[in-house]
Amino acid sequence: MPDMTKTAPEAEAIEDALAPPAVKAEKARSLWGDAWADLRRNPYFVVSSVLILVLLVIAAFPGWFTSASPTTGDLVHHYLGKPELSKVGSAEWLGYDVQGRSVYARLIHGTRASIIVGISVTLLVTVIGGLIGMIAGYFGGWIDALLSGFITNVFFGIPFLLGSMVVLQSFTSRSVWVVSLALAFLGWTQIARVMRGAVLTIKQADYVHAAKALGASTSRILFRHILPNAMAPVIVVATISLGVFISAEATLSYLGLGLSSPAISWGVDISGGIAQIRTAQHIMLYPSIMLSITVLAFIMLGEAVRNALDPKMR
Amino acid sequence: MSIIDTTKTIPAPRGDGEHQGPLLEVRDLHVEFHTRDGVAKAVNGVNYSVNAGETLAVLGESGSGKSVTAQAIMGILDMPPGKIPQGEIFFRGEDMLKMSAEERRKVRGRKIAMIFQDALSSLNPVLSVGYQLGEMFRVHQGLSKKDAKARSIELMDKVKIPAAAARVNDYPHQFSGGMRQRIMIAMALALEPDLIIADEPTTALDVTVQAQVMDLLAELQREYNMGLILITHDLGVVADVADKIAVMYAGRIVEQAPVHEIYKRPAHPYTKGLLASIPRLDQKGQELFAIKGLPPNLLKVPTGCAFNPRCTMAQDICSTDVPVLHPVAEQDGTELVGRGSACHFWKETIHG
Amino acid sequence: MAEPKKSDETVDATPNVTEIVQQDASTTSEVEAILDTRVDRGEPILQVRNLVKHFPLTSGILVKKQVGAVKAVDGISFDLYQGETLGIVGESGCGKSTVAKLLMTLEKATAGEVFYKGQDITKLSGRALKAVRRNIQMVFQDPYTSLNPRMTVGDIIGEPFDIHPEVAPKGDRRRKVQELLDVVGLNPEYINRYPHQFSGGQRQRIGIARGLALNPEIIICDEPVSALDVSVQAQVINLMDKLQGEFNLSYIFIAHDLSIVRHISDRVGVMYLGKMAEIGTDEQIYEHPTHPYTQALLSAVPVPDPEAREHRERIILSGDIPSPANPPSGCRFRTRCWKVQDRCSTEVPLLAIPERFQGLDSPVAHESACHFAEEKDVVGAA
Repeated sequence: MPDMTKTAPEAEAIEDALAPPAVKAEKARSLWGDAWADLRRNPYFVVSSVLILVLLVIAAFPGWFTSASPTTGDLVHHYLGKPELSKVGSAEWLGYDVQGRSVYARLIHGTRASIIVGISVTLLVTVIGGLIGMIAGYFGGWIDALLSGFITNVFFGIPFLLGSMVVLQSFTSRSVWVVSLALAFLGWTQIARVMRGAVLTIKQADYVHAAKALGASTSRILFRHILPNAMAPVIVVATISLGVFISAEATLSYLGLGLSSPAISWGVDISGGIAQIRTAQHIMLYPSIMLSITVLAFIMLGEAVRNALDPKMR
Repeated sequence: MSIIDTTKTIPAPRGDGEHQGPLLEVRDLHVEFHTRDGVAKAVNGVNYSVNAGETLAVLGESGSGKSVTAQAIMGILDMPPGKIPQGEIFFRGEDMLKMSAEERRKVRGRKIAMIFQDALSSLNPVLSVGYQLGEMFRVHQGLSKKDAKARSIELMDKVKIPAAAARVNDYPHQFSGGMRQRIMIAMALALEPDLIIADEPTTALDVTVQAQVMDLLAELQREYNMGLILITHDLGVVADVADKIAVMYAGRIVEQAPVHEIYKRPAHPYTKGLLASIPRLDQKGQELFAIKGLPPNLLKVPTGCAFNPRCTMAQDICSTDVPVLHPVAEQDGTELVGRGSACHFWKETIHG
Repeated sequence: MAEPKKSDETVDATPNVTEIVQQDASTTSEVEAILDTRVDRGEPILQVRNLVKHFPLTSGILVKKQVGAVKAVDGISFDLYQGETLGIVGESGCGKSTVAKLLMTLEKATAGEVFYKGQDITKLSGRALKAVRRNIQMVFQDPYTSLNPRMTVGDIIGEPFDIHPEVAPKGDRRRKVQELLDVVGLNPEYINRYPHQFSGGQRQRIGIARGLALNPEIIICDEPVSALDVSVQAQVINLMDKLQGEFNLSYIFIAHDLSIVRHISDRVGVMYLGKMAEIGTDEQIYEHPTHPYTQALLSAVPVPDPEAREHRERIILSGDIPSPANPPSGCRFRTRCWKVQDRCSTEVPLLAIPERFQGLDSPVAHESACHFAEEKDVVGAA
């Protein structure tokens, strides 16, 4: 046995080690907390999250923003009449479409479709892709070969928009939920790949070995150790994809394969305004602007989150 | 090693020839980093100098500022967040901090070269080592591809890579860790610099390989009569090759001495504690002396002597007055050449 | 920490050593040698017999074909006794970290046995394995990756109790965690902090506290201080020493730093390319090494004393460690050895007390896997 009797001065040294003044002053700070502190100071985050908040409120309570009906038109309001840009918030503010419906009212009421599709597709792909990526990455071997080597790559090989069009073609009535499912059906591969990559790295970490050495169950290792640490890149990709899914919905609606009248959506409006592009640009201009701002807001948010979560920044 | 064997042919000193002082002199250098949590004072007034043919070992733990000082000398500090609020770095009598970016670039690589700890990440994985070595000659000396390759093989021979001609087209990952570090040394040597800064050059290597690489470095230094700054945390490595040592703590030099003396008679409690805290291969020790406490937080360097919260000899004065680097003398007052200690109680530390 | 010793563990019979001899005749002398050294230490708590780990090398994309194997650990045997520290040293690629993972059953052994109190843990799974894991814990090298950055210190040290709820009742856990923090010299109030708020040395203390939580008998330490600052290493080493006495722990201390291993170990094994080159007490290995690799390794260690340095003989080995995928035939060290002869490339030297030293009552008489073992003092011990 090596010198087992020597403990007294050591205890003292350790006692002193406990109280470095700098450490005493600080509070418990989780990595998520640190990321949040970074985010709050990022102007991109502030701008994008205010925009997104406004969009969410519009989607939830369109009635707060306009009393005009988005569906009943009155041909008294001719679409060639110039928008009355000074009358902010009124039915005639952004002019009327060919059927005499208020462009502004349709813009407000169309928000809901975009937001619902964006959020529900993102949730679906995060769950599907996240699970597939996590299982493939953690278990490896033939499970990985099947899930990521075969299934993910096959789905990845299908062009996203073209594939969605084909899927949607087989439906006669297409609600926001049908469109969401179609997009999610083909859109989960990126998340799965990101998740698998993150899990492959994290499962090598010593804290995972430590948990195994303690006898932790597979589900504990997956959900307590691997998942919380693999979430950061997934959240970033999911946020950015949210904007992408919104624009995909608009594209499909524009092509007549997504939502269609009488459903209200920016894509439907852009499609409806395209015939008048030479005479009344406002019909498609405003939905396009709205769409762009929304997509941009989510991409900006994703970038801000990426910067805050990037461990290299700390 | 401090005295150069004069029977060998010493290469004529290169450079302007007019400058008489030390090859490199750092004066009152300060470096700070602006972070989210405040200003981290990484270097707080460092002074040191290196002559041609001399090896200065800069010894310190993480956060002591030893690597940051080297990065400031090389001009490779990330600025921002880094900032040099004060100080001068003279290379052959010229303050490099006042040079234009273009002038600095000319010094870097040609006059001062650096060797890093991690050779694998310092080499480009998609280019052959011959290409990377040859690049130095093509870019800086305008040699043709063929000549550059010939010089690369010569250099690889010089750093004792076996079968250099056959391996010149291999990629970095095809070499072992020790061989990669030799390639790094070859790259640093390529333009025959006056000064090499080696930042933990052998820390990542196995002990048997470590000895080979250190020997090579010392041999080449003698041959080219270069100045060498060896940055390390390993008291053992230093003992082998250095002429003089500067011990850093919290961004300051706390002790400076010729290499033999510091091990025999340390004049700063930190150095003394360090020497006592490492187990010895040749002795089965009893309990290790442990320096209590933690290395300092650079955002909140203790007032007075930065070492005072961990020091066994600390008194009131230590937390109020910053000790200057006192010259160290024998008990009878004869000065010990080249020695200095930044401790209010250096006399007690060395003599009693 | 409460009871230092578990009582509910049934001690099974020791492994049937003669059976092993029958299984593998080539190891007879090794096993006998091990039997020889077993003097009044009582029963070994851990017995490792011919442990092998080969990582297959495969080629082909669709149909994987094994084209070779990295022989990370290629047949090593040793014992660990209650309350002692066995140091295992070697350079990178010698397989010492793989040994740690095998002992922790984090990797599945290709062949061989690891007996914990007579039970071969390499064959266990499920509930039985979980029970053994309570008694064998590990401290990792890198204090920055061994703690989950998204859990608080309290959750990290308390996790063993979540996994083995029988060790501590729920209401008791917070207090237990605080006790553990205190034992390793950290302020119990830090329980809600996150790992990144601590320095490297403090994190390593957290890792040690987690290792102690289940009150294990054996702790496998894989380079526990090599990532720490010099001034902090001594604190952690002293702490481990203190805990060993307090909790009657047995350590397997794996490291590349020979000085630290000497300080903490009672016995030391030197590994080279997946094999044990030499094993003995710290005095036998450091002051009377008989294997040329041990001698070279010891002579290469820089000693922080320029004067001691000048009196030491230095053996600088040429070349690099060969690849464990394609180790040299015969003695694995022969490609770098200055004593090499024809016999070395054909005949694998066994780990045993060399014939010429057998029966000697001298520290040179210890196990060394060299055909031409002879003593050489390279450390210059005073």
